[in-house]
Parts: sequence; structure tokens; C-alpha cells
Amino acid sequence: MSIADLFNYFSYVSGLFLSLTIIVLLLVWLERKVLARIQMRMGPMRVGFHGALQPIADAIKLISKEDILPAWADKLVYWFAPIVVFVPAFLLWVTIPFGKNMVIRSLDLGLFFIVAISVLSVLGLIMAGWGSANKYAVLGGLRAAGQLMSYEIPLIMAILTIAILSQSLNLVEIVDKQSQIPNIFIQPLGLVLFFIAGLAELGRTPFDIHHAESEVVGGPFVEYSGAHWSVFFLAEYINTFTISILTVLLFLGGWHWPNIPFSGNLQTILSVFVVLIKTILVVSVIFWIRATYPRLRIDQLMSFGWKMLIPMAFINVTITACIIYYDELPLWILPILSVILLILSAVIIQRKFSKNIINTVQVISAKSLLKEKSEVDIN
Amino acid sequence: MISLIIFYIISALVLIGSAGVIFSRNIVYASFSLLLALLGTAGIFVLLLAEFLAIVQILIYGGAVVTVILFALMLTKIDDFRSLSNINYWPISAFLTLLALIVLIIGIYQTKIDTQNLGLVKFSKFSNDLFEYWGIPFEIASLVLLVALIGAIVILKDRGNDS
Repeated sequence: MSIADLFNYFSYVSGLFLSLTIIVLLLVWLERKVLARIQMRMGPMRVGFHGALQPIADAIKLISKEDILPAWADKLVYWFAPIVVFVPAFLLWVTIPFGKNMVIRSLDLGLFFIVAISVLSVLGLIMAGWGSANKYAVLGGLRAAGQLMSYEIPLIMAILTIAILSQSLNLVEIVDKQSQIPNIFIQPLGLVLFFIAGLAELGRTPFDIHHAESEVVGGPFVEYSGAHWSVFFLAEYINTFTISILTVLLFLGGWHWPNIPFSGNLQTILSVFVVLIKTILVVSVIFWIRATYPRLRIDQLMSFGWKMLIPMAFINVTITACIIYYDELPLWILPILSVILLILSAVIIQRKFSKNIINTVQVISAKSLLKEKSEVDIN
Repeated sequence: MISLIIFYIISALVLIGSAGVIFSRNIVYASFSLLLALLGTAGIFVLLLAEFLAIVQILIYGGAVVTVILFALMLTKIDDFRSLSNINYWPISAFLTLLALIVLIIGIYQTKIDTQNLGLVKFSKFSNDLFEYWGIPFEIASLVLLVALIGAIVILKDRGNDS
């Protein structure tokens, strides 16, 4: 390793940081616009063309804001927590390809590396919660730990099915295996499991119980302000983008589009655009879900994770491994079984997990009926 | 040359982390120091070209074990640990640790691993070896884990019935 190598690594890291920051600014703007359109509003309109410069204005405001340290906070843990959350989110991008031949280091164990590194960000949330010396922050940190650790299992299992299917853990090879058929047509159940577990890992809306404003105020981030809070914010949006791009690379065929025209450098640039467009579609679905669904309760979240997602993920892995191992079975059994399981799980969710809610609604309505009746009787 | 510098930096981190585990009076600081030491060990594995071992170290120790320790600590009062740290069993534990250290040092000097010519083992070869030549130890290890899992559930269930 020489000075030139060091310079190369430095330029990679700074380029990656710059592009991720620009992507985060874009995502923030997109989220506000998508939410606004779904709720029949205009969203940010004042700064720049249709509010395009709004995220930059927000960033300047955040950075120039005062950093507050609570009097009882544990100083060391409090200041270290944003770094522990941010570094894993950033480190993942070492092995994620943006497009054809556009990857910093194509690791043989790429997917395994991504899984291992992403686990570390839980610690940052716990540190933030504990360091703030705030009841709500500690509760939020504990909720984050429970949620993230239980939804990691279906996420890893969904990744494992793809690894079994493409016989590799290298992301570039996995995408190359999908040049004919993207994995979504072979593994629809895997996509659904991965996407739901990914949403829970991100802590985005149906699963955002660890920083739910109405329950734990802001979770681990209550006490943070200014630049340190913006680091958490940056990490959250980078993670959103990471899960979306992983969905694209693992299930939606990555940079493969039926016959990308041109060749050489032009094709590489075009493949980056294909990946970006697919990723932004997935991100929009995440924003759409945020605008549509209410938040789950913590017990609903846990029972859904352990009683629904994890068994389905294990069944999926077993079926895929069996069919890949016994060569004489035709491969088209796999998508059929996957679709059957998907429909089955939809039916189970409909029957089992919505029952509690329906019961609650019925109890409430029965009570109100009784009340009305008694009032009528008195009258 | 640069890998030597990196090795010294990582070793310093491991030593600082280990010292923190032992000398820290605050139990939460001690567990964060444990995390530092374990992640540093993962770094040393990377320098020895054992990337699979490094990733497993991060996943199991960094992600799972330290998180579980912290989870347990935060559900208990910190004052409870103050009294625990004054128990009189320290000569026994010191003796056992010393014994383990001696066994480890003898083990390290007995093995004849060539540390000068390291080669990267392909992950596919590693996994084939694991399931072909080391199949029975692998299964025994998973059996032990299964027993631990069932044992934890059984213990918890009895507690639940008592209260």
C-alpha cells in the first residue's frame, strides 16, 4: 500500500460521502413532496423551483442551531452515539454497487458484510437513549433494540434465500444471475418478507414505535438538537436508501433492463440511471406506505414479527434450499410455492392479526350502544 | 508497512477496551469497552485475512452479545451492581483467569501456523470443508445451542408460574 493508494481511498470515501449527502437531500425533498401530494397539499414551494432548495436551507438551519447537552447526560456516551449510528450506515456502501462496474470493493462475502455491519447501528440507538438520561429516551432505546433485533431474523433469512438461489454472497454476481429473470418472479414471498423486515429495520412509519412522537416523544433522539440530531437524520435517510437499493439489487434485477443500448462507458452511466430510477420507485413506495398506514402498537409489532414473519421466512428458506438441492425438481415449482405461501400468509394476517382490532372496535361500539340505550331509558 | 501501523493502532484499541472492561467502575462503560475490544479483535482477523471470522465476530459479539448485555443492564438498577463488585470471590476468579491465560499461551506456542505466508481461503472452500470434514463438531455445537435455548425457555416458564 502506497501514498497513491491512500489518496485513492480518500477520494473514494469523500466521493461516496458527497453523493450520499446529495441523495439524502433529494430524498428529504421527495418525501415532503410525495406526502404533500397524497394529502392534497403543495408541500415546500418557496425556496427554489418547487421548493427544491428547501432541504439545503433546512440543513444550514440545523447546522447553525445550538447543540444542547442535558445536565444529567453521560457526556461521552451522548456525543459518541451519533457516530456509532452513522458509521455503519456509511460503511455498508463499500460493497454496494451503484451500477455496472460501479462498486468500490466487490467483496465475496458482500451480503454477509452488509448484514453484520447494519446490526451495529442498534448499539448507537441504545447509547443515545441511555446517554440522554431521559425516561422517554431510554424507553425508546430499549424499544429500538427489541424491534431491530427481532426483525433482523426475517431480514437475514430473506437475504439467505437469495444467496441460496444465486449460489453467491457477492452482490455483483447476484445481480448478474438476474439478467434473464429478476428474483421477484422467482421469490415474491422473499421480496415481501425482505421489504417488511427492512421497513421495520429502518423504523419507518408502520413500525416507527421507537421514535413515536405520541408515545415516547422522540425516542432516543429527544435530547439531541442541531448538528448531532442531523447526523441521526442523515443516517436514517441513508439507511432508507440502502434498503431500497438492496431491494432493487436482490429482487428487481439491479441494473438489468431488457437490452440496455450502447456499450462501454455510456452503458455504465445508463446502468447507474436504471438502478437509481428503480431505487427511487421503491423509495416512493416506502413514502406511500408512510402516508397510508397508521403506526402499529408494540405488542402487535412483536407478535407480527415472531409469529408471522419469522416462521414464513424459515419455511421459505427450507423450500428454496430443498428445491435447489434436488436438481430433478423443476425450478418453476419455486415461484408457484412462493405465491401460494404469500396468499396463505395474507389470509392468516387477515384472520388472525386483524381479529384483535375488530374485537376492540366491536367492544367500543357495544359500549357506546349501551350508553346510548341507558340514556334513552333515563329520558 | 501501513498494515503494521494499522496493526499497532488496532492492538492499542483492543488493549484500551480490555483495560476499560476491567477498571471501569461504571458497568455500562465496561460493556462499551467490551464492544471496543471485540471490534478490535475483528480488525485483527481482517489483517490476518480471515474475513469470514471477522464478520462473524462483528455479527455475533458486536451486534448480538453486547446488545443483549446492554439490554439486561438497562432493565436493572445500576446501584445493584455496586454491591456486586465488592464480593470476596476475587482470588478464585483471578486464579481461574490466570489458568486460562497459561493454557492459552501454551496453546499459542504449540500451534505451528505460518503467520508470514498468509493465504486467503475462498468462502466456498471454507463452507464445503465445514460441512464435509467438520460436520459432526458443527452439529454438536448447534445441539449445544439448542439445549441452551430450550433451557432458557424452561427456566423462564417456571419463573412465570411461580409469580
